[in-house]
Amino acid sequence: MIRIEPREKISNSSTVLIPIIAAVVSLLFAAIPLLAAGANPFVAYVEMAKGVFGSVFAISEMLTRATPLIYTGLAAAIAFRAKLWNIGAEGQLYLGAIAAVTVGSGFFDLPAVLLLPLIIVLGGCAGAVGMAAPTYLKVRFGADEVVTTLLLNFIIIIFLQMLLEGPLQDPMGLGWPQSAPILDQGMFPPLIDRMRIHSGLILAVLLAVIAHFMIKYSVWGFKLRAVGENSAAAKHAGININRSLFGVALLSGGLAGLAGVSEVAGLKGYLTADLSPGFGYAGIVVAMLAGLSPLGVLIASVFIASVFVGADSMSRAMGISSFLADLVVSVSLLCVLVGGFISKFKIVRAGTGKRVK
Amino acid sequence: MEASTVLRLKGLTKRFGPILANDDITIELQKGEVLALLGENGAGKTTLMNMLFGHYLPDSGNIEIKRTDDNLVPLELGDPSAALAAGIGMVHQHFTLAENITAFENITLGAESLFSLRRNQKKAQTKIKSIMSHSGLDAPLDIPVGKLSVGERQRVEILKALYRDAHILVLDEPTAVLTPQEADSLFSNLRRMTNQGLSVIFITHKMREVLSFSDRLVVLRDGKNVGSMKTSDASEKKIARLMVGSETQKVSSKRIKPGGPILSLNEISVAGQSKRDSLHDVNLILNSNEILGIAGISGNGQNVLADLISGLVAPDRGSIVLKGVAIENISPFNMIKSGFGRIPEDRHRQGIVGGLSVSENMIIERLDDPQIQNFGFLRSSVINKNAKTLSEKYDVRGPGIDQASRLLSGGNIQKLILARVFEKQPEIILANQPTRGLDMGAASEVQKHLIEARDRGGGVILISEDLDEILGLADRIVVMRDGKLHDAISNSREDIGLMMAGDST
Repeated sequence: MIRIEPREKISNSSTVLIPIIAAVVSLLFAAIPLLAAGANPFVAYVEMAKGVFGSVFAISEMLTRATPLIYTGLAAAIAFRAKLWNIGAEGQLYLGAIAAVTVGSGFFDLPAVLLLPLIIVLGGCAGAVGMAAPTYLKVRFGADEVVTTLLLNFIIIIFLQMLLEGPLQDPMGLGWPQSAPILDQGMFPPLIDRMRIHSGLILAVLLAVIAHFMIKYSVWGFKLRAVGENSAAAKHAGININRSLFGVALLSGGLAGLAGVSEVAGLKGYLTADLSPGFGYAGIVVAMLAGLSPLGVLIASVFIASVFVGADSMSRAMGISSFLADLVVSVSLLCVLVGGFISKFKIVRAGTGKRVK
Repeated sequence: MEASTVLRLKGLTKRFGPILANDDITIELQKGEVLALLGENGAGKTTLMNMLFGHYLPDSGNIEIKRTDDNLVPLELGDPSAALAAGIGMVHQHFTLAENITAFENITLGAESLFSLRRNQKKAQTKIKSIMSHSGLDAPLDIPVGKLSVGERQRVEILKALYRDAHILVLDEPTAVLTPQEADSLFSNLRRMTNQGLSVIFITHKMREVLSFSDRLVVLRDGKNVGSMKTSDASEKKIARLMVGSETQKVSSKRIKPGGPILSLNEISVAGQSKRDSLHDVNLILNSNEILGIAGISGNGQNVLADLISGLVAPDRGSIVLKGVAIENISPFNMIKSGFGRIPEDRHRQGIVGGLSVSENMIIERLDDPQIQNFGFLRSSVINKNAKTLSEKYDVRGPGIDQASRLLSGGNIQKLILARVFEKQPEIILANQPTRGLDMGAASEVQKHLIEARDRGGGVILISEDLDEILGLADRIVVMRDGKLHDAISNSREDIGLMMAGDST
């Protein structure tokens, strides 16, 4: 018989060591399918590392991939802190992107100093609305937000497909279901010439730092933590639970909306229905890996982006199936999550006493 | 009756992680004896009984039990079915009855073979009837248990154990849910059964019951057997000294003259989901310089009343008037603002946010106070200083003010709540079961603070299931039953007990 008990104190060395060990173990595990596919795992991992850190370009690509994950990771981390289960970041991302192309593709002809902030604000608001609605249903009728936010994702994507074949379709787009491009002055300025990395990353890092300070040091953050940890006691102590939840919902949805803004106005320039390969859902994984800490989200996003980008370039360089790349991603995620579990809990063997007949 | 040992616990030790819950405990039980097992919360009583009943496996030690012949034989440890087969019956504090089936079905449930095609109801009926007539335990057998009173359910639990031929009966806090009269009748029935050869272990922390009912007592403290004696040789003082390791004074309040009314509830009705959480036309007046005790068996509406005064529940009808002004917008926030201090019943669930630090929990009710914040940001230096001062003043001990408050013990959590509530010098204090589950030291600390609050002009509403606590502290007593309040006709234990029970018994 074994039992699982929470560790009373998490030692500092284990918080550093366990993720490293988990990463190494995940590489060992991932070697098995690589071997089965006939690839040399060593060579494969070297290719992987090259693909992530081999050049300035590789690093910039990895950070470009990490950018939307920071936004969606923050969206999930903040909501989960208050035990508001926002699974709808994917849909809110698209709402943000829809708002961005609607105002950004010629609706207003404004200078960059005005247009980009306007796109950011409206994109954030659109995402916020996307989370406020399920939160209202939860508060008013007790509807489970896991279900409503998740299903809303599909509704929003179908709605987007409708828009892209109708009012939002680019008249110059030869009939492709894509929106008109965002005006040049509405785009996030690139960070490095002729590379895709853009200043949406700066905004994301800035927001993570702000979120960290707000949660830790503000009254608002205190309320959020109290509501998440024990809403009955928070209510008893006079904290308005519903108001706190709405604040969290607006912020979480807004951050997810910014992920869409950043992708559309930082990277692609126009909107298609495959803008996000599941950044909204990956944000949940990022948030869990980060232990729901906003600063941890930065590290976790870089980790996940590295695995994605590295596995992609590995499969390209070695000529092995890209499914293997997905497998590597999944295995390393599992290992890191198990490692995180071991650092928080210990497994105790029970029943060591003698059995007397 | 000649004494012969029916049960021997020898050197039982059980460790949970770093905590030694039971340390080398040896106890003997004689035939026909009533043994009281005393100890404060966390002394190890329940752990010990769980080992006896096979729920836990001891780390060392063994248990011997008398079978049909006269020898003591070792009991297989860690196996509840072996304990049952050996004739040990346990009545838990929280009953283990299925409410939707009848008492008869509950009693026979699990005692029949799975493979018999037809239930032999007649035989079972006869057996139960004979047990009932021998023991004096009486309960209606053919209506669903959910419709029975608490006292009746307890009798069904005992019948269930006796039906399985228990000759050793373990009762865990049997009187916690009973009125004094019901408790007395339970004890007289148990006495009748022990005269017929049953042996009883009962777990309690109520001194009065131990002294008037048991033959012998064993006191546990910190997992050790610190003393066993004949009840005839024991006194309340002696037991208390053993339980806490030193003599504690019982807090009793010196009566002072109450002032004028400061709070009144007028014709308040709350329609809850069930009888347990409804109030009907409740009128209540609280004066300054007064402790108002609300007695009653749990589940008669005390919790709605507490929620109402805490601001968690708004009345459907009626008004709450504070010093002549009706309170509009009843919410926890407004009640705190209006000067209510509230000590919740469930201190872990409602009192503290376990994941937040001790210092954060100490300011959780004053987040809008400009002293602790600057433009929406917490002033951690002020908050930490506040926590340090209050921890010293109210003797809150724990791993540190910056550590999660869930790491504190129950008594220290209660002191944290006291510090938070009393530091604001509230005019009205609601204390709902403020000493439940606390050791004597912490309990008397809590009671002292309640008296102090009264003496400086406050009004205290004390809700407690412990009649002794109410009799000792309250200046005036009302009894709550079925969601209604009744003024106590006198301050005698018997009268109040009768009022608690109502006309149904």
